[in-house]
Amino acid sequence: MIDKRKKSIEESLDGLLKDGVTLLIGGFGDSGAPFELMQGVLTAGFRDLTIVSNNAGTGDRGIAALLEAGLVKKVICSYPRSSGAYVIERMYKEGAVELEVVPQGTLVERIRCGGAGLGGFYTPTGIGTPMAEGKEVKIIKGREYILEEALFGDIALIKAAVADRWGNLLYTKASRNFGPVMATSASRTIVQVCKTVELGCLNPEAIVTPGIFVDQIVEVRADNEF
Amino acid sequence: MSSNKKKREIKGLTRNQIAWRAAQDVTDGSYVNLGIGMPTLIADYVNPEKEIIYHSENGLLGMGPAPSSQNEDPDLINAGKLYVTLKAGGAYFDTSTSFCMMRGGHLTSVFMGAFQVSESGYLANWSTDDGILIPSVGGSMDLAIGTKDVRILMNHVTNEGKARIVRECTYPLTAKSVVSRIYTDLAIIDVTERGLMVCEIVDGLDFDELQGLTDATLSLANNWSILKIPEI
Repeated sequence: MIDKRKKSIEESLDGLLKDGVTLLIGGFGDSGAPFELMQGVLTAGFRDLTIVSNNAGTGDRGIAALLEAGLVKKVICSYPRSSGAYVIERMYKEGAVELEVVPQGTLVERIRCGGAGLGGFYTPTGIGTPMAEGKEVKIIKGREYILEEALFGDIALIKAAVADRWGNLLYTKASRNFGPVMATSASRTIVQVCKTVELGCLNPEAIVTPGIFVDQIVEVRADNEF
Repeated sequence: MSSNKKKREIKGLTRNQIAWRAAQDVTDGSYVNLGIGMPTLIADYVNPEKEIIYHSENGLLGMGPAPSSQNEDPDLINAGKLYVTLKAGGAYFDTSTSFCMMRGGHLTSVFMGAFQVSESGYLANWSTDDGILIPSVGGSMDLAIGTKDVRILMNHVTNEGKARIVRECTYPLTAKSVVSRIYTDLAIIDVTERGLMVCEIVDGLDFDELQGLTDATLSLANNWSILKIPEI
């Protein structure tokens, strides 16, 4: 029998984290951010983490808490600037964390390639900008493109609304953002969900992330019932 | 000797007035992305008789206005992380699909802010490269390179009075030769093959004064007019 459900955050992360791992973390701002799983990473305390996410945390929780605790070596993101992003802003100015800023479409496509078994892709995004420095430029049908390489994680942490025990997922509104792509591109994908349901309860035509991309599910009661 | 006319204060447009003017150019039936900040205000001023489908990079098409405070939903936000709504017919999708729309040329227009625009339509709007403002590109490069029609809203000069419309951008580029029209607090300027053409100027400012506030070379379009905006 396949049952990907775990009883707790601790159990869902058990044995997977170690120093130096790369974490793909879903979310756009707070929407879709797996805060309870990130709290589990903070408690586990492993260091030299590389974090791949759209933003770099605001306030004192989530990615900001991992940064503040000194657990993060490098952040790969598209948009660290934000009201309340004082932790990353301070650490960037102090040189206390390595920051790689990547155009958002390039970031998601690099992750998509990682999950799809592709080595990379040619994009027009970034031509003539600092993003092209040191990268192969190829002219295809008269237009310039930059070679961008695939990005793969050790662990993906994402948030969804509903799962069944096979790991099929539905998301709430715009919270899905990076989740479906990140789920495909890590050695292990851990999903916190608001609710689990029996097999057959999810409409097969509406499933957003098929369970093959999901390794473990942990139910976290959300304050916002979907 | 110096007349009152020389000493007068030129009244530039407010942020809302710049947004109002840009809103007049949003075409019925178009798919539009509005950038963070001033461009977001445009939606408030588009004639409601036009049917516009707004896109937000975090995975929304058919975005509607801000909800009442009791209907705010943390999973229904725009690219600026402000609460929004979804209109009937709207759709949610993941980031990969969203950037397929943006980079793939499926949107009609994008309205963005900028630090600088050059006379060749080069755009700089993501980094000041000074170690102070943390560089943040988000979706701006994908929007700029992928959208057929890129329009910029910004003040004509910086807070320190330096020109933002320049011969060559000194800040790191977002994309080359992409901007089609610039809306500032003083003028509307089109980027054309013959250079920057001034289409509209606020009342009371003459062309030479506008050129004096602009690093790039401007030309006055034959059919130029006074930039008229209602009090808002």
